Amino acid sequence: MELLSIFTGLCIIVSLIVNRQKTWGGIKKGAVMFLKLLPTLILMLALVSVVLFLLPEKTLVKYMGEESGIAGWVIAALFGSVALIPGFIAYPLCGILIKSGVTYSIIAVFITTLMMTGFLTLPLEAKFFGWRVSVIRNLVSLAAALLIGLIMGFFL
Amino acid sequence: MKEVKKYIFPFVFLILIGLSYLFDFAAGEKISLNFWMFFKEMILFLPLMFILIGLFDVWVPREKIEKHIGKESGWRGTGLVILLATLQAGPLYGAFPFAYLLWKKGCSIRNVFIYLGAFSTIKIPMLTFEIGFLGLKFSLLRYSHHFTHFYFDRIYS
Repeated sequence: MELLSIFTGLCIIVSLIVNRQKTWGGIKKGAVMFLKLLPTLILMLALVSVVLFLLPEKTLVKYMGEESGIAGWVIAALFGSVALIPGFIAYPLCGILIKSGVTYSIIAVFITTLMMTGFLTLPLEAKFFGWRVSVIRNLVSLAAALLIGLIMGFFL
Repeated sequence: MKEVKKYIFPFVFLILIGLSYLFDFAAGEKISLNFWMFFKEMILFLPLMFILIGLFDVWVPREKIEKHIGKESGWRGTGLVILLATLQAGPLYGAFPFAYLLWKKGCSIRNVFIYLGAFSTIKIPMLTFEIGFLGLKFSLLRYSHHFTHFYFDRIYS
């Protein structure tokens, strides 16, 4: 975070020195884009926080635990696709899940879908790339996640 | 009018949160805590991201993008977008606007997808977390899987 602020600051300063007008134009463009996106973002974050409330850690462990079998996979993929958890929370959570008996292949499915597919972020993605492209991207990612789960199952 | 409409939902959400605090409604309070956690991350991170995107937009000409990561760029272009993506940090929704900009400026659609894929899965800053909590073997397997995945993406698309 600090790194990004410093980097942005440096970029602005260098850009200001080279060409003041262009810099203001760029900043304005960025700000307008951000403000246009803000309502969609808030909507998305609100949805995510409700989903996260409805499905707390304990429930996850229960449904993805040792004896869950195929159902565990499906739930891991579903939850991973819907949820939107930042990495620094997701990895510790996965650590807990492993310790409480969830297999590595299920974790792999969970974490890959968590990172690559986002059904709740679809409206946002579609705003940029259109619905067709966004849905295809998400489905391909889902397939990749299941595949990696299978591979993990073989090796670990 | 359309602009106002877009804010109706966020406004309703805020009112509901306010009401749950007023009446000590536990679920509402928990949800608002979740929301605040995400919101904080976003409101710090995204404005900076968008300023950088705006600057990138005015400084980097279309021809450059087309030449390096456009349709004719080949393997070097793909390698370049992967490198670009792995060095960044932050949630995936922060990558959408940037990917969109690349696309508008002539980056090939294949490379845009590979960029999003790499951004979401093989970020270097997150690697330390992964090894710490899930072990080196897990990370190595996952990384090699994703690289093969990109390789096939590259060949078959």
